[in-house]
Parts: sequence; structure tokens; C-alpha cells
Amino acid sequence: MSTRMGWRVATVSAARWETPTARTLTLEVPDWPGHLPGQHLDLRLTAEDGYSAQRSYSIGSAWPGTGPVEITVQRLADGEVSPYLTDVVEVGDRIELRGPIGGWFVWRSTRPAPVLLVAGGSGVVPLMSMIRQRGQVRGRQPFRLVYSVRGPEDACYADELRRRVRDDPGLDVHFVYTRRTPDGWPAPPKRIDVAVLNTHGWPPEFAPDVFVCGPTPFVETAADILVALGHDPVRVRTERFGGA
Amino acid sequence: MGIISRGFGGRRRDSAPDLPPGQYLTHDFPVLSAGPTPRIPPNSWNFTITTETGAEHTWDWAAFTALPAEEVTRDIHCVTKWSKLGTTWKGVALDTLFEEVETAADFVMAHSAGGYTTNVPLDDLLDGKAWIAYEFDGEPLRPEHGGPARLLIPHLYFWKSAKWVRGLRMMHEDEPGFWESAGYHMYGDPWSEQRYHGD
Ligand SMILES: Cc1cc2nc3c(=O)[nH]c(=O)nc-3n(C[C@H](O)[C@H](O)[C@H](O)COP(=O)(O)OP(=O)(O)OC[C@H]3O[C@@H](n4cnc5c(N)ncnc54)[C@H](O)[C@@H]3O)c2cc1C
Repeated sequence: MSTRMGWRVATVSAARWETPTARTLTLEVPDWPGHLPGQHLDLRLTAEDGYSAQRSYSIGSAWPGTGPVEITVQRLADGEVSPYLTDVVEVGDRIELRGPIGGWFVWRSTRPAPVLLVAGGSGVVPLMSMIRQRGQVRGRQPFRLVYSVRGPEDACYADELRRRVRDDPGLDVHFVYTRRTPDGWPAPPKRIDVAVLNTHGWPPEFAPDVFVCGPTPFVETAADILVALGHDPVRVRTERFGGA
Repeated sequence: MGIISRGFGGRRRDSAPDLPPGQYLTHDFPVLSAGPTPRIPPNSWNFTITTETGAEHTWDWAAFTALPAEEVTRDIHCVTKWSKLGTTWKGVALDTLFEEVETAADFVMAHSAGGYTTNVPLDDLLDGKAWIAYEFDGEPLRPEHGGPARLLIPHLYFWKSAKWVRGLRMMHEDEPGFWESAGYHMYGDPWSEQRYHGD
């Protein structure tokens, strides 16, 4: 830890759309030291005149994974960096990054406790890394993901989640639709609330490790509900993607 | 300068000359904390400075808010790269609190409700550099921003400005706090971009 964490030049080796507004970039990073699920990296873009902008992105892939590092970026129409990453970057382009960063919002696959994951929008990215890691090591910890999206088309990793619910024993996924529900969904659109987390989370007596990630108001609401339901605040880890 | 990102111009709205390197301007007030927001009624809050000899100086809410307070307007800089310019706070200067404290130790560990800690050299708290703030923009400080009271050390990255602060403990040697143990810089000067260990 005593060496300066340097910038590396990564090469975009693949890109795919997860939803109409979120894109996954696969990054080949030379000498990547590895990461824990939940960590993020800092990415730096530089314009021709030297102007540069940096943002943080959670790592979505597991380590050691099938390959390099993946991030999933949600486009904010009037943002500076995210529209570049979703709409401009092409396979073969080079991007500077450094990491992995963060040692708190991480899941270690040796922990036996059940895990509750609560995601809002692109907040699912670091939680997906946890789910993938568990799949890779064939972890037996009971895992539940409660994933809030506007509508079915806004869910990242939808096919993979469906496949994993089938193939990874002990993994459970519940969607909350805030604006549009899929056909045949039994309830009208709503936001995450006490009933959802009471029904689809783990009871506090199970002492689960809880990870909540998403936009700030979502994280505030979900974490407040979990504490009110009796979860030990020390076990509830949060990552806020900033903004309002 | 880094490698050029093909096709990247940057939006550079509100580029402000007084931003530290790598920071961008925000107008809202992002919230970053490691866990749920504690909600602490002021009447159950108190603040304690513990010296290296174990002597304790404690103020309850009434005593604390009876101390002379200052209104200050400062820029703040978060390690996650947003900066907010000209934020206005009201609070008690650490100079005022330390008038009553006798200490020979050079380092301070701030302790918060929920177990958060962060370390600062004492020199960075004195001479009008830091406050225990309890109002933001003329309103009581909201819980998600650290209310009822937080440390305010505007010249360091904002993780040093511990929310829900409950006390300070004097130390002879510098020790890492919560984020510092997780790889963040021991000091955190935004102007030198001291984000992570070794920067
Ligand atoms: C630890 C961490 C992990 C993260 N992981 C992810 C991730 O996995 N995926 C992901 O998509 N994001 C993630 N984020 C968020 C990401 O870092 C960026 O904040 C996000 O991509 C937006 O950046 P941007 O440059 O596109 O938008 P910005 O240009 O930074 O703008 C952000 C918002 O602020 C508004 N805004 C900015 N400037 C102004 C202005 N002058 N006036 C009015 N409004 C303004 C914009 O409208 C926009 O809605 C993470 C953040 C953190 C801290």
C-alpha cells in the first residue's frame, strides 16, 4: 500500500448495451492487481487541449474473472463523462484508470453471513460483482437482491440474473418497478418501501450483511427502512452515487 | 497530462478557476457516508474532547450552542471529485473549544456516532481553520449532512469533516481513521490531490 497508485492505460475490448441507456465496457488492463466485489475505479478522460475530467465507476466483474475488468455506465443526458462512455467510446479506444479503490463497501466470499443486496438503477453494478463472485466460488451464502428500476427495459444484466436465479442455488432476485411494470405483474408501479424490504429482504434476526447502492435519495430511503426494520446499522453498508 | 481521449471535449460548464485539480463543480449537495444516516436528537448529543492524559471536556447541546459561534463561508471539496463553492455554515471554532483544553499532543482523532473516525493534525484545527458546525445555509444541519453537528475543515477533503461528530481524542502519534485505514490519504490536501495512500 505504500506505492503510489498509478494511472494505467486500459483498452476497451468489448462494449454492449445493457439497457437503452446503460452500456457495459470491457477493459483490458495490463497488470491489473485484482479487486474485491464492491470496489470501484477512477477513470480519467483528457481532451486535446489537456482539459481532463475524472469520475468513479464500480467494477461489475468478479475477480479472478473470465477476463478483464468491466464497468457499466448509465448515461445522464446532460452529464459530462457518462454520455462519452455510452455513446462515443469504441472498441480499441484507450482510457486511463486507476484502482481498485475502496475497502469498506466490499464483500468477501469467505464471510458466511447471508447477504441482502438492495440496488437502485445503476447501483446494481457493484452488487452484480458480488453475485458473480459468489457464483464463481460456488458460495453457499443465501443471497437476495432487491432491484429497483423504472421499468423492465431498465434492468441491467436481466438475462444473466434470470440464468443465475436458475443455476446458482440460494440466489433470489426481486424487482421493484417504479414507473412501468412488465405484463402480468401483480402490482402497480411503486417505490421501494417497508413491505418490499420486509418481504423480500432477510429478517434482521438472520444478521445479514447488507449492501445498498444507488442514487442518494434511494440509498437514504432504503437504509432508513432497513434500520427501522431492526437491522444493525453497523451491518448496513451503503454506496451513494452522488447527485440528487 | 494523460493520453488524449479520442472525441472527448468535455462540457466544462462552470469551469471555475478556484477549483483544486481534478474537481468539478456541483450545485446540489451530494451525500456520501458509509452507512445509514443516524438521527440524533440535539438534546441527546454532547461533545467531548479527551486529552492524552485522559482529561475530558464535555459540552451538552445547551452549553455548546451557548458558546460564541461564527458564520463562515467556504469552498468544500469531496474526494469523489465534486466541489461546492461558497457554502455558508454556523458553528463554534475549534479555537474556542481548545481555549479550555490543555494538551501537548499533535494529532487528533475525531469520533462520530456510528463508529466513524478520521485523523487530523491539531494544527489543522486551530487558527480559524476548523469548526464544529451546526447550521448550514441558515438552517439546522440536516441529519444526512451530519446534523446535529459535524466537524468542518474546509481546507482538507471533506471526508475529514466528520459528520455526527461526538468528540475528539488527542494522540501523540498520527493514526489512521476509518477511510485512512481503507487506503485513503492520511492528510488529504485537495490542492495536492492527496486522495489515496501514497499520493
Ligand atoms: C463510488 C462511486 C461509484 C460509481 N459507480 C457508478 C457506476 O457503476 N455506474 C454509473 O453509471 N455511475 C457510477 N457512479 C457515478 C459516476 O461517477 C458519475 O457521477 C456519473 O457517471 C455522472 O457523471 P457525468 O460526468 O456523466 O455527469 P456530470 O457532468 O458529473 O453531471 C452529474 C449530474 O449533475 C448535473 N449537473 C452537473 N453540472 C451541472 C450544472 N452546472 N448545472 C446543472 N446541473 C449540473 C447533471 O445534469 C447531471 O445530472 C459512481 C459514483 C461513485 C462515487
